[in-house]
This record gives sequence, C-alpha cells and structure tokens, in this order.
Amino acid sequence: MLKIRLLKDKIARRYMLGITVFCLLLLFIIGAGLLAKSIPVLQEKTLWELIGTSSWKPFKGEFGFLTFILSTIYVTAIAILIALPLSLLASIYLSEYASDRIKRFFSPVIDLLAGIPPVIYGVWGTLTIVPLIADKIAPLFVDFSTGYSMLAGGLVLAIMIVPIIISVLTEIFNAIPKDIREASWSLGATKWETVKKVVLRRSLPGIIAATVLAVSRAFGETMAVLMVCGNFTDLPKSIFDACYPLPALIANNYGEMMSLPSYESALMFSALLLFVIIVLFNAGSRLILDQINLKYHL
Amino acid sequence: MIGAKHPPKNAMEYLMDSKETEKSNAVKTNLSVKDLNVYIQDKHILKNITLAIPEKSITCIIGPSGCGKTTLLRSFNRLHDDAADVRVTGNVVIDGEDIYGKGVEVTHIRKKMGLLAQRPTVLPMSIFENVAYGPRIYGVKKRRQLYEIVKNQLVSVGLWNEVNDRLKTPAIRLSIGQQQRLCLARGLAVEPEIILGDEATSALDPISTAKIEELFLQLKEKYGIVLVTHTLRQAKRIADYIAFMYLGELIEFGTADAILNHPQKQLTKDYLSGSFS
Ligand SMILES: Nc1ncnc2c1ncn2[C@@H]1O[C@H](COP(=O)(O)OP(=O)(O)O)[C@@H](O)[C@H]1O
Ligand SMILES: [Mg+2]
Repeated sequence: MLKIRLLKDKIARRYMLGITVFCLLLLFIIGAGLLAKSIPVLQEKTLWELIGTSSWKPFKGEFGFLTFILSTIYVTAIAILIALPLSLLASIYLSEYASDRIKRFFSPVIDLLAGIPPVIYGVWGTLTIVPLIADKIAPLFVDFSTGYSMLAGGLVLAIMIVPIIISVLTEIFNAIPKDIREASWSLGATKWETVKKVVLRRSLPGIIAATVLAVSRAFGETMAVLMVCGNFTDLPKSIFDACYPLPALIANNYGEMMSLPSYESALMFSALLLFVIIVLFNAGSRLILDQINLKYHL
Repeated sequence: MIGAKHPPKNAMEYLMDSKETEKSNAVKTNLSVKDLNVYIQDKHILKNITLAIPEKSITCIIGPSGCGKTTLLRSFNRLHDDAADVRVTGNVVIDGEDIYGKGVEVTHIRKKMGLLAQRPTVLPMSIFENVAYGPRIYGVKKRRQLYEIVKNQLVSVGLWNEVNDRLKTPAIRLSIGQQQRLCLARGLAVEPEIILGDEATSALDPISTAKIEELFLQLKEKYGIVLVTHTLRQAKRIADYIAFMYLGELIEFGTADAILNHPQKQLTKDYLSGSFS
C-alpha cells in the first residue's frame, strides 16, 4: 500500500515539475521563434534604425518603429493614469465603506464587466468615445481631430481595465484581516485614516501586482485600440492625434505581408518588441515587489 | 464633546444612580452599562445587561463560551457600528456621556479605551510607528515628543530593554508575547481611561501570560481594566471584581471574593464547581 502511495506521489511530482518547466520553455520557444523570424530585418538594419526612427515605408524598405513603440507606451500610460486612481477609490469604497447589500450587488456586475470581450469595448468606443472627442473635447484644445486618437485609445483601454483592477484590488483588500482594521479604529482612527495608514500600506505589494497585471493587459490589447486609435503611421504630436500601437500594426498587416520577405520579418520584429517590452516590464516589477517585501515584511 | 456638555437625560439619571452606588459601596466608576441589549441577525445576544465597572481595578468577565462576553466588550467600544446586522439598545455611559447617544463621535469614544484582542494585532509598520500611531493621529508631530511617548510606553510594558536597539524593524518580527505587549503600549499611548482585553493572553505562552498579568496589576493603579478571561484560574489570580454571564445575561456581579467564595446564584455555583463550562 505504502509503496503505491509513495509512487503516486513521485509520479505526481514529476508530472507537475514537467508542466512547470514546459511553461518556462514556452517563454523561450516563443522568444526564440520571433527572434529567428526577425533576423533578416535585423541584418539589414541597425537596431537604432528600427526602434529609434519613425519613417514607416515598407515598400521602400524603411522600417522605423518609433511611432508604434511610442503609441503603445502612451496609450497604455493614459489608460493606467486614468484607470488606477478610479479603481483604487472604487475598490476602497467597496471593501471598506459599502454595506453588504451594495457589495452583493456590485461584485457580480464588476466581474461581468471584466469578462466582456475587448471587441465590444472597441465597438462601443467608436460609437461613443470617438465622436465625443471629435465634437466636444478636442475642439477645446486643438483645431481639428477626427476623434480617432491616442486619447480615445487610452480612454477605451482605461474603461476596459477598470473592472479588472477593481476586481483584483477588492479581493486583496478583503484578504486583510478585520482585526487589524479594528486595532486601528480602537485607537480612535477614522476609517479614512485606517485606509491610508494601514490598509493601503499592508496591500502595497498587491496593488503593484494588480497594476502590473493591468499594464500587461493594456500593452497587449489589440482589438479595442485597433478600432479607435486611427492607425496612422506619423508620430503623434498630441493626445488628439491618431496613433498606431504595436498590436494594431501586427493585426492589421498580418495577412498582406507575405509578398515582401523583409516586411514579414519587420512585422515579426514588432511582435518580438512587444514580447520583450512585456517581459522586461514584468521582470522589473518583480524586482520592485521583492524590494518592498524586503523592506516592510508585509 | 457635545454629548459631554449635554448628556442625554437617561444618561444623567443613570449617573445619579451610580453616584448612589458610589456612596453605598465606596466604589468609583467611570464606565457603566444600563439595560444594554444587543441583537445580531434578530437573535437576542445580550439581554438587559446593567453593570458598573469600578475604576482603578480589574474586572473579569467570566462565563461559558458563546455567552456574549466578546459581544459585551465590543459594545463598550462601539465596534458593532460597522455591522449592519447588529442592533444595540440601552446606554453605555463613560465619563457621564452615553456613547450611543445622538451626535456622539465614535473616534473620541474609542480613544478613551485601549483594546487588546485575542491575538496580537500589530499594524504593518515598525515597532516605533506602532506606538506612535495613535499620538500621530492626534496631531503630535515633533520627532522628539513622539520619541518620548514611545519610549515611556515601551518602558511601561517592559519592552524597552528588549527592543530599544531595533525600533525601526517591522513589528511583525517580534515574538507573539512581545507583540501583545507592544499592542498594550500602543493602546496606552493614546492615554485611555479604560483597558479592555478579550482573552488577551489565550494565544500566549505561560511566561508571556505572566508578564501581561503582572502589567495589568500595575496598570490598575491608573486605569480601569475589563478582561474577558478564558480561564477561571486567571480570574482567580488577578480579578478584583467578577461578572459572571450566562446565555447573554449577567447572572452575578461582585467582588472577586464574593463571587468566588460566596456565590449567591445556583448557576454561578455550578459554573465555579465545573459542572459546565
Ligand atoms: N457576527 C455574528 N453573527 C452571528 N452571531 C454572532 C455573531 N457574533 C456573535 N454571535 C453570537 O453571539 C453569541 C455570543 O458570542 P460571543 O460574544 O462571541 O461569545 P463569547 O465571547 O462569550 O464566547 C454566540 O452565540 C454567537 O454565536
Ligand atoms: Mg469571545
């Protein structure tokens, strides 16, 4: 009997290790595959020509990715800047202030919102956000905007990731034991003081992890930004200009690129870029998290 | 503060009541409870509790588990405020002010009471910041002054010599017994009048328990102390007064000697003799 149980344990262990290693391998396989395909364009151009210039003329063999890189970063930054404070406040409200009835009503609604496919946010964005920017917001700042713009992309992305962040953050806040809040309250702290000094502090690593998740999601998001960003290859000069994030570039051109080998290679390089950005970003935030854990022993 | 200047009528009446008891028993009280009822989800958990906690002495609340000791203690501090399914009626009067009266500000009530929970609840910050937490909230800003407060309180709970070289380390790294004493110091730093403890030593080893009990015996010179005790032996060791509760009712209240040696009620006798627990 014992032998069989030990054997089962061993097999299970091997099996799980195998799967874990496979996941890690997958990361390298994807990276290596993209790199292999990008080699032609990397041999033709210097790295600086590729990521430091913005002239995009595939049929003349000019592949400057700066517009796409900056568009991706800007759109993501706008989205996070809008979404994070809103989600923080909303999840603080839901976990610290709201009555049980309100909580019971809202948490399924938020989960539902988090589950809506991006393409629906994209369609909704073209129908509402884009005209809103073109008619109401942009005229206040610039002479003309079609509405298909960096701001539209950022807004739609923000709306899309807000429910995801709220859902994760409420989870994190709820995991903090009630005793600790009560300890703060019984010293005479108000709820807000308790939130600021105890709840937020204690959940700092969680908040960062949630932000990382949201940023990764926003970086890679394709459908929604493709539909509202305008997809224009010139460098955007203001948030009301059209822009062209990397995922949109890949999705838009993947079918037609076969004719030109260097074009195909360039697109593969853009996928590699996106991949590297996300990996670096995650690794960086991992380091920050470790530092915080080290410092506060949370 | 409004409440303090114009106590509600019933609180005033009650104060006069307690002045009378004061005369007859020569016991001063700054916390008294009158006709307190607590309902949780429509279950009647505390039934007509009337009790005057003597100041500068240790009052232990004993009774079988589930009889409402924790619920009673939490109602002194208005910790039921947050729960929508808890309803409280009656008066809890501290310094002549009914804490459940209209317009009474809860933070100012809670400041008057230091609470020690069953397991130590250190805040996610350094040892220093844990003790400085309360004073900072009440506006103490000067580093020098904060340091004095922190030092004094850590000395008064006997922790200063153990931690003065690592005030900046996270409080969570202390042992459980040290953490509980830190929590006590943190509570004392807001200058409360009353210390509440809910089975505050049940998670601790015998040595830490003895240290905390010793502290309570010192602290009763200055504070009123109310302890829910999980063992009768603890009550025997440190109580000046004992309240015995059963199924949400206060069965008997009196000096430790009276309750332990000459209980009046049959229920109390049975509980003390260990017929049930
Ligand atoms: N949040 C709650 N919801 C429902 N019932 C509760 C709650 N808190 C306490 N009770 C009930 O109130 C009674 C008294 O509980 P408590 O005050 O914790 O007892 P003790 O501390 O004496 O063991 C118990 O019967 C318990 O089941
Ligand atoms: Mg209890």
